[in-house]
Amino acid sequence: MQLTVAHLKRGQRGIITDVSSIYIPLKLLEMGCLPGNYVELVQVAHFSDPMYLNINGTHLAIRKETALHIFIEIL
Amino acid sequence: MSKQINVALIGNPNTGKTSVFNALTGLNQKVGNYPGITVEKKEGICKLPRGVKAHIIDLPGTYSLNASSLDENVVIELLLNKNDKDFPDVAVVVSDVENLKRNLLLFTQIKDLEIPAILVINMADRMRYKGISLDIPHLEEQLNTKIALVSTRKKNGIVELKELISNYKDLSTTPCMNASEIDREYFDNLRKAFPNQLLYKLWLVITQDVNFGKTDRNEIDAVANFKTKTKADLKRLQQKETIKRYQFINNTLKKGQTIDLNTAKDLRIKLDRILTHKVWGYVIFFVILLTIFQAIYDWSSVPMDFIDSSFVSLSEWTKNGLPEGAFTSLLAEGIIPGLGGIVIFIPQIAFLFLFISVLEESGYMSRVVFLMDRGMRRFGLSGKSIVPLISGTACAIPAIMATRNIENWKERLITILVTPFTTCSARLPVYLIIISLVIPEGRFLGLGYQAMTLMLLYLIGFGAALVSAMILNKILKIKSKTFFVVEMPNYKLPLFKNVVLTVIEKTKAFVFGAGKIILAISIILWFLASYGPGDDFNKAEEIISTEYANQNLTEDEVNEHVASYKLEHSFLGITGRAIEPAIRPLGYDWKIGIALVSSFAAREVFVGTLATIYSVGSDDEETIKNRMAGEVNPILGGPLFTFASGISLLLFYAFAMQCMSTLAIVQRETNSWKWPILQLVIMSGFAYLIALIAFQLLK
Repeated sequence: MQLTVAHLKRGQRGIITDVSSIYIPLKLLEMGCLPGNYVELVQVAHFSDPMYLNINGTHLAIRKETALHIFIEIL
Repeated sequence: MSKQINVALIGNPNTGKTSVFNALTGLNQKVGNYPGITVEKKEGICKLPRGVKAHIIDLPGTYSLNASSLDENVVIELLLNKNDKDFPDVAVVVSDVENLKRNLLLFTQIKDLEIPAILVINMADRMRYKGISLDIPHLEEQLNTKIALVSTRKKNGIVELKELISNYKDLSTTPCMNASEIDREYFDNLRKAFPNQLLYKLWLVITQDVNFGKTDRNEIDAVANFKTKTKADLKRLQQKETIKRYQFINNTLKKGQTIDLNTAKDLRIKLDRILTHKVWGYVIFFVILLTIFQAIYDWSSVPMDFIDSSFVSLSEWTKNGLPEGAFTSLLAEGIIPGLGGIVIFIPQIAFLFLFISVLEESGYMSRVVFLMDRGMRRFGLSGKSIVPLISGTACAIPAIMATRNIENWKERLITILVTPFTTCSARLPVYLIIISLVIPEGRFLGLGYQAMTLMLLYLIGFGAALVSAMILNKILKIKSKTFFVVEMPNYKLPLFKNVVLTVIEKTKAFVFGAGKIILAISIILWFLASYGPGDDFNKAEEIISTEYANQNLTEDEVNEHVASYKLEHSFLGITGRAIEPAIRPLGYDWKIGIALVSSFAAREVFVGTLATIYSVGSDDEETIKNRMAGEVNPILGGPLFTFASGISLLLFYAFAMQCMSTLAIVQRETNSWKWPILQLVIMSGFAYLIALIAFQLLK
């Protein structure tokens, strides 16, 4: 099974390997959600949704349904 | 006329762009709207060295030149249209030192448009604290620009920035990278088809629906004799472009920026651990709200009493000081009490805007969005709906405009429809005056009953919004993609200047906006109450003196009877009594009826209207509140404002849709009359029903 941002645990880091662009808005890419950049799960709300991430130094929150389409390797 | 240059301030949200704008322009700014749309347009004048003046325009924050909202579209439309009178001679791109990498994306796009651009690196005072050091000459060389290190907090760098702006002619317009490399063949074809157009401009036009007059997208497709791209292809190319830009930025920053993580201290982590905590996060949010409401109540009572009594003396002074006549009476009984009814609420409204702007400026509001998203989704809303719902406590109009950053149309529509339930500042005057009349003053556990009633009314507003959202979510069958991306900016101590300017600007807009309506309505009401048809009105003195002939009344008492008889038979009285049967079951008399009807122009008119009605013909020096307390129920006897009729009125105002401006804005934002009409009918019908039940149960 391929790992996604939704699999990260709090405090864990990963490297983005791919994003499925149909499900990911351009805005998220522009904020740094691109292959090769690191991603860290900073905080989660109830049921891990939404997820508060640090992507490449940018802090942002996305919903779990979006997180499922960002593929990563866990560090 | 002296030389004036156009400067556009552009930048990502949360970079302190507005602080830079405030530092440059000070109080020389004005807020309006872009023609035809409701996007806020902020512009100001700044004096530069050597007698040059700059016209500065603060564009809406955007992450890139690929628009995904109406606000962002404004930025692109301006930058692509050389004929616009605001087209910038120089663009000042504001970035934040901690997010330089992301901020530079927008900068490189602007450079590709060959507009002279200055890079402002803001919040430079945080560099040492964050362990960041920058090689400015290297960055300037790589980016073909001039850089101003600015700290609006420490007031550093503004002079240097002004100097750079005034020397804008020396700036290079060479792009810092070549975007056409993402698809050489396609871009070559474009160039051949439109040799006179800037290539990157064409690309921006193709990838989004910008309406900028000369070359629109369809025209490009029609002229192009080469293979055009599908939407999916274009998106893939935009992704490629973004990656390419980041490669360039990473290379530039590799040498130009070093970050020593060991010296970086992060307050964010510590604060977020508590403020976004699964339990404490919510507790803290609730405590903050409670504190705000208590403070609004406690802090504003002194200035309010002062304003109230000042207007009474002013009215009295006018009456005694000016020669008797229709004009004096219009002034003393119509205009002054009517205006008093709005001025009195300035303290509260100012405090409310103060708190909202502090919450926004500090970065806390994003945490609330994060905390509330899942819960709000259950009601068919988004975490981002919390911002409109909270700013709806100031005014529904900017709140409905703030729904624009909700990406999902269904969530956005529901938010627009339910926002008018939240307690806007126009309801506040009505609530305050009625609460002070019918709710006792005692305290329980340090919280006043009156403050608690107010808090309860706010909760009822939110509750109504949530419940109706849930119902709408079930009924509305709209399918739309959900994208939820919210930036979590770093915590910042709000800048005093920004907060003060926001409070002044919003309060001013509220007072002048409402003031115009109130003034007009006061004059109309005074006229309707001071004149009437037929003998009943014109011969009131004779009628009264015959009626009470054998009762030995003093002159004052006779005058009072004459005045109230006149009012009852004036145009206003006749209208009021015509609608009385419809509102009597709610516990109101015809005077309240008039106030209710005039409230449909705007709710805050209620108090002013009552003040005008009650002061017509009355001679005594009284505050609005005492006048209302002295009103007698014409049928039941006893005071008109009892617990039952008071609660009924409060509930009516909590639910009814009584704001023409909100209806207009809903029409604009949804582009349909269906939604505002539904809002008007359903909300007001429901309000009537609830007020009826409340009065019948409590009386």
